[in-house]
Amino acid sequence: MSLCAGCPSAGAPAAPPASPLRTVALVGPPNSGKSTLFNKLTGLRQKVGNFPGVTVERHTGQVFFPDGRAVTLIDLPGVYSLSPRSEDEQVTRDVLTGALPDTPGPDAILLILDSTILARQLMLAAPILSLRIPTLVVLNMADDLRGRGGSLDLEALAAQLGAPVALVSARQGEGLEPLFEFLRNSAGAPQPRELPVLQEIPKCRQWAGRVSHRSGYHPPAPPLWTRRLDALFLHPVAGPLTFLGVVLLVFQLLFTAAAPLMDGIRFLVAASGRWVEAVLPASPLRSLLIEGVWGGVGSVLVFLPQILLLFLFIGVLEDSGYLARAALIADRTMARFGLQGKSFIPLLSAYACAVPAILSTRTIENKRDRVATILIAPFMTCSARLPVYTLIIAAFLPNRPLAGAFLGTRAAALLGLYALGFGAAVATARILKSSVLKSERTPFMLEMPSYRWPTFQSLGLRLLDRAKVFLRRAGTVILAVTVGLWALAHLPLQEGKAPPIEQSLAGTLGRTIEPAIRPLGFNWKIGIGLVTSLAAREVIVGTLGTIYGMEGDAHSQSLQQSLQKDLTPGAAVALLIFFAFAMQCISTIAVVRRETGGWRWPAIQFSYMTALAFLGAFLANHLV
Amino acid sequence: MLQLSVNKRRSDAHRGPALTDLRRGEAGVLDRLDLPEEDARRLMELGFLPGSRITAALSAPGGDPRVFEVDGSEVALRRETAARLKLRFEPGSPGMVPNP
Repeated sequence: MSLCAGCPSAGAPAAPPASPLRTVALVGPPNSGKSTLFNKLTGLRQKVGNFPGVTVERHTGQVFFPDGRAVTLIDLPGVYSLSPRSEDEQVTRDVLTGALPDTPGPDAILLILDSTILARQLMLAAPILSLRIPTLVVLNMADDLRGRGGSLDLEALAAQLGAPVALVSARQGEGLEPLFEFLRNSAGAPQPRELPVLQEIPKCRQWAGRVSHRSGYHPPAPPLWTRRLDALFLHPVAGPLTFLGVVLLVFQLLFTAAAPLMDGIRFLVAASGRWVEAVLPASPLRSLLIEGVWGGVGSVLVFLPQILLLFLFIGVLEDSGYLARAALIADRTMARFGLQGKSFIPLLSAYACAVPAILSTRTIENKRDRVATILIAPFMTCSARLPVYTLIIAAFLPNRPLAGAFLGTRAAALLGLYALGFGAAVATARILKSSVLKSERTPFMLEMPSYRWPTFQSLGLRLLDRAKVFLRRAGTVILAVTVGLWALAHLPLQEGKAPPIEQSLAGTLGRTIEPAIRPLGFNWKIGIGLVTSLAAREVIVGTLGTIYGMEGDAHSQSLQQSLQKDLTPGAAVALLIFFAFAMQCISTIAVVRRETGGWRWPAIQFSYMTALAFLGAFLANHLV
Repeated sequence: MLQLSVNKRRSDAHRGPALTDLRRGEAGVLDRLDLPEEDARRLMELGFLPGSRITAALSAPGGDPRVFEVDGSEVALRRETAARLKLRFEPGSPGMVPNP
């Protein structure tokens, strides 16, 4: 069976097109496998950025040909239609019509459709083909279609649409040659037999039905395994239990599985630090390297495995299709706090980082719901809190099994902190939604994708992306703050030498704010950490690493042991609670300002979260 | 809970059967969407078009939200939304046909 109809032939010596393709856009409904295909076509040659003027993420990547030519692919947000109702749809439409400044309209389009539900997915073909841009219609999930007994006549479909059609499986990398051919040679503008009135959805659906019928489309049998798994995951009793089990397992593994890797990095940091110390003569430079760079950046680097592990779990849950089921099970709880289902996905991604979460609220059409979601997103426990939590929990809580080997005390404490952040988020949502941000509820609709095995490539690219972001932060923000701190801790010079840290600028700063934080149980060293971590939460770990490193006996005791000496158990709990609530993140403040269009909301949010952090920490310090 | 049961009774009383009246495995034919234009369009893009056949499937614990099979895929809706998707009255049956 030919896997491409109407495609430029690979065998025939195709005449080079008058103007070779430069940019090609990937368009398709959500879950049609666009990103998988994009990853397959571009491999590691991709970049993440934003569209100029708007902050919807843009993935671009390069496809190279043997003759050295390259085509840039743009992965657009998934859409069902081109009628601009949400930010995502607006951006897709603007990119395709070339309406965005600095982003020229694409020379061609790859329209990705899920072949297992072709009749409905073809609805998007109508507005795309009417753009008259050369288009290759890519029917994805060929393996699923075949496996479940579906079929179609590609030639007939290509004739109906007046555009080449290819049947592929992006996951298996099957049938991709016609895509490369298309990218090399392109095709003419599409000549569909007929097009419906685009504004009328029933007309579009009838047209799509006619086209798929005339193409001999036999829909596949229902996905058997998805039905079987759903019978378990959405079972009234087994479903919630599985949900709980998955959550507990993730938290337990965050500690147990990450520990050896973290020990490995800790060892490498310490060994390389000793080597630098031995090689360099005693000088301010050596002190800067050892106390500033190794003590500061090094102590943050240790947490890389844990953060990657968290993203691995989120990736597996998302790619396998389980996340949609989890959203379904959690929806009742969300509704109770006045949040709509669409808030669930941004809030869930806020467990990784609040910044992309706030960006993804653009899919929420209701303005008030969107602001409410933005305001509570920073309460969700982001991955930058993880180093702080892990450091303090490991320093103060011995790890004992709590429920057999399945849940230890440390994992339980971490889970408690996640629950605390979630509780603060939903309580705040409740207050907002019953007062200033009250609004009509908009319907919740969530498509349940079929279960699929996550691919190594997709997970690997995700982790690589995350590792890059983390290392970039460690090399820029965290490095700058720790070096700046090192300077503050060594000035003013006394008789040409660095002063004792208590008398340095940093020490003075810490002691100035000490009266304000003493009721929370924190001394001036923690105070310096609270100030520097305004840049980013994990900076406090680097800061404490630097400060305690300068106290001289850094090599005789670890950061954990130093903290045990300096904090009472009550103060340790207070510090955890402070970090659970406080909005210690400049990037988040900046993105909230941009997304809400002013300083009003970020100012309110920052004050509210800081006040809550002080109150919570104060109570913890006095009650524990 | 109170609000939900009121919704249900109202829909039963004088606006005809809705998606919420389907039990798991039962199917019905959609008649109209009693929703604001924008929301209705969204649902129609997902396959909830008047005249289409919709089967109730599994749900979250407590029956809300419920997954509906429509146009070859599965979409979850909250009860409050499903209650406003009205089924077609057919003689002899309250708009419901058993699933083959």
